[in-house]
Amino acid sequence: MSPVFAMLAAMTLASAIAAMSFRKLVHSALSMILTFSGLASIYLHLNAQFVGLVQVLVYVGAVAILVVFAILLTRDSTRDSSVRSLAQSWLTGLLVAGAVFGTLATAIIGSRALDRALPQAAEITVKKIGEQLMTRYIIPLEVIALLLTAAMIGAVIIAMREKERK
Amino acid sequence: MNSLHQYLLFSALLFSVGLAGALTRRNAILVLIGVELMLNAANLNFIAFWRYGPNPEALTGIMFVIFSIAIAAAEAAVGLALIISIYRHYKTTNVDEVNELKG
Repeated sequence: MSPVFAMLAAMTLASAIAAMSFRKLVHSALSMILTFSGLASIYLHLNAQFVGLVQVLVYVGAVAILVVFAILLTRDSTRDSSVRSLAQSWLTGLLVAGAVFGTLATAIIGSRALDRALPQAAEITVKKIGEQLMTRYIIPLEVIALLLTAAMIGAVIIAMREKERK
Repeated sequence: MNSLHQYLLFSALLFSVGLAGALTRRNAILVLIGVELMLNAANLNFIAFWRYGPNPEALTGIMFVIFSIAIAAAEAAVGLALIISIYRHYKTTNVDEVNELKG
């Protein structure tokens, strides 16, 4: 295990656990930003530079801002977090998550198909990605553009203040 | 244990942390953060398999992750809009209290 990956993984995992266990929502959001930054650096470590930068732009930039604004607009944390912040079935949830990890880990450790050496790093330029997006992946790209437009309009309509009922 | 295993184990651990958060926390925003963590764990799997795959020139893993991030952004926007809308109606973001559809 390379020390770089060990450090990045430890930081990402610790901040993920912190994000899920802090009582205050703002602290959770800040830990979430740290988790996403850690994942972006792991992408860079895996030689996927473009994806790492997209991760920073989309998650650390846009999604984090969205989450912070949602926290700002739904301020009931004074009432909620002081009492109990865990769901009634928290033990079941924890057990389910543990069982899922156990299953995944057994499958990963037992698999022989994963025993492969690290291949030579390919030269991935943004130019290549752009060419592929404009040729082979043009239809998914258009569909995603449509989906994003529909999602943005839908989000605005859902969050729009409703008229007062008479 | 070689390094592909360690990436997959790390991503499985991240997925489980996200799942545990999504299942145990009461606040809807935290549930959404947990779902985002799970999505990111899946993305990390794609990148790891692409890096260790036999044909990295094909760019398939990278393309999948780019599209997946775009969909996750749309999902986060709609999800947070729904949470704000629910908060206006019920004056709460507690997922245990929004139970009108309960039979």
